[in-house]
Amino acid sequence: MSEHQEQKGSATVSQGDGKPGDAEAQRAWKERLTDLLGPDDRRTNRSGLEVRALYDPNDWDSSRYLEDLGYPGEPPFTRGIHTSMHRGRPWTPRLVVGYGIPEDYNKRMHHLYELGLTGLYVSPCNSHMRGYDPDQVEPVLLGTCGTLIATKEDMDLCLDGLPIDRESVALGDTAPYTLSALMFNVAKDRGIAWRTLAGTSTQSDYLSHCAALGMFFRIPLDAQRRALLDHVTWMNETAPRWNPMSVVGQHYQQAGATPAEAMGFALSAALQHGMDLVDRGADPEAFLARFSFFFDVSLSFFEEVAKFRAGRRVWSRLVRERFGVKSAQAKRLRFHVQTSGADLTRQQPLNNIARVTVQAMAGIFGGLQSLHTDAYDEAICSPTEQSARIAVATQHILRDEAHLADVIDPLGGSYYVERLTDEMEEQILSVIRIVDEAGGMFEAVRDGVVQSMIGRSALQHQRAIDSGEQVVVGLNRYVIPESEDGDEQVLQRPDPERIARYLDRLKHFRETRQQRPVQRALDELARAYESTDQNTYQAVIRAVAAGATHGEICGRVRETVGFGNPPVVV
Amino acid sequence: MNHRGKVLLTKIGLDAHDRGSRIVATYLRDAGMEVIYTGPWQQIPDVVNLADQEDVDVIGISSLATDHALVPGLIQALREAGLGHIRVVVGGIVPNAEADELIQAGVARIFHPGASRESIVQEVEALAAEARTTIEQDHQA
Repeated sequence: MSEHQEQKGSATVSQGDGKPGDAEAQRAWKERLTDLLGPDDRRTNRSGLEVRALYDPNDWDSSRYLEDLGYPGEPPFTRGIHTSMHRGRPWTPRLVVGYGIPEDYNKRMHHLYELGLTGLYVSPCNSHMRGYDPDQVEPVLLGTCGTLIATKEDMDLCLDGLPIDRESVALGDTAPYTLSALMFNVAKDRGIAWRTLAGTSTQSDYLSHCAALGMFFRIPLDAQRRALLDHVTWMNETAPRWNPMSVVGQHYQQAGATPAEAMGFALSAALQHGMDLVDRGADPEAFLARFSFFFDVSLSFFEEVAKFRAGRRVWSRLVRERFGVKSAQAKRLRFHVQTSGADLTRQQPLNNIARVTVQAMAGIFGGLQSLHTDAYDEAICSPTEQSARIAVATQHILRDEAHLADVIDPLGGSYYVERLTDEMEEQILSVIRIVDEAGGMFEAVRDGVVQSMIGRSALQHQRAIDSGEQVVVGLNRYVIPESEDGDEQVLQRPDPERIARYLDRLKHFRETRQQRPVQRALDELARAYESTDQNTYQAVIRAVAAGATHGEICGRVRETVGFGNPPVVV
Repeated sequence: MNHRGKVLLTKIGLDAHDRGSRIVATYLRDAGMEVIYTGPWQQIPDVVNLADQEDVDVIGISSLATDHALVPGLIQALREAGLGHIRVVVGGIVPNAEADELIQAGVARIFHPGASRESIVQEVEALAAEARTTIEQDHQA
């Protein structure tokens, strides 16, 4: 007996709650395993952590259950942010939807809403993302990746008959935040009180745009920082159910960051935004309760589950340490998840349905609040009606047929998942330390530190695929001739005549509105950006109300603060 | 003059997804080619000017949205500038039907998602050699 006790205390066996004798049994099993697999059997996950063949009670100190896991709805939220999680409140199925002219978008959104896609999402055309009106770019690029939106009239058509007073609306909105200003003006015209509007400005995190996806980068970094703080301040005061701060981890991971890096960067960015708000005198208990997050979920199933569990734990402790917040609401990591398009293949595209299903399961077991499942044709074109329908059905199958919403955090207590959650936590914290040492996320992004780390990880992952170490079915293994993939079903480009009619309508809108109030409101907007104390978002709301278009607003802001481009870091 | 070829990698149009083009830039550089890499949103006249000044053999356009629809215009502009020898390749998400149109418009090669490192390096290198042969023949003629 004393011999066994000695072994339990020795360095080879960690602090776990294994019974005396376990160490001997473990050693014997390991020997048999090494005989079978050889001494060089070593595997790692995408975050670079070693993945062993087996985990046992020595890997998890269950006596720390309350401190490290706790109960759902209680800090540190490892098992979920709500008391009843998906059992009481299933996640919201929400798909990025954007296509054609506003009427095309509206038709597609109604169709998906009837199929059970309760989360509304307005994804604007790339022309909009770049800060232009549709008549300022090449017509051939219009309406293929998002819907055309320039005016309040357009937004009204997009949302025609959709219950924005009951369902939450996600808007792909960024500085100077015209998209939400368009929607808020539409709501006002419909008699819906702003304080009742629920939704998210999904692209408000300019730091992720600067480091990982320049699509939304319209004005210089400093001006974006100010515009965001104005947007958050205005929304918190005026529309308390709106999430003006959506911290995006998804961009980093899609650009090539590992899951641990993506979580670390996102939390560092959130700390930066929080610090900036505190500097303005905002109350962290209030603004943190409205912070939301947006993450990618890859095919690395257990790693992703652990990423989300660890992310919740890290965030709840970080905000307590750095902002001194006490309420549970201010410590919750609430998040939307999108399945990773980078894991999908153009080869044998129907295989992507299986990939998306596994990704979605990782996100669900990771405790997400809303979910976008990619359409299987993501690597070919924007979703067709059929592929979008399958993406929605995948979520319903997982929820209602496979019953994944029944049990909260069902992988909690698995030796492997708990150990991996601890290890991912360490990795995430080490990324946050690197960013802290660089002076915080604003400086780390401005100086290219984050971009360099992402570039390295992207290359490493690609090399693993090139060498075949990371198998991709149909790409580097189990390849079939392309002719056997079947006919490619591609979303038709918008009808040029419909685009032309839209452009006529936009011209008519500009010509027939009252011009003087528009000019006055744009002048006010410029003055707000020149001032240090006026709220720039309030000026955007007023400019839209006066009839200014998205492109006019972005143009005027650019005249005032300059035209920003993210730095190129290779 | 780099004997393995000089390549301009860029993005025109509205999209900014650059994971692929950055990796391709590294591949070509590691293979000994000279690579000029720009940020996204380049205008066609600027791309033509840069290609001319830098005397590149190949222009690689990365397209993850629908920006490849602008590539026939780029090829036209190159020809008008007397740079018709420059080979233009496209990498990214291009549906088959649109790929056929691009080839007809003069695109030398389209690399779809999953194109191997070897194929990209070998083919770009071969196209660079072709471009130089073409221009030498033009000079002799």
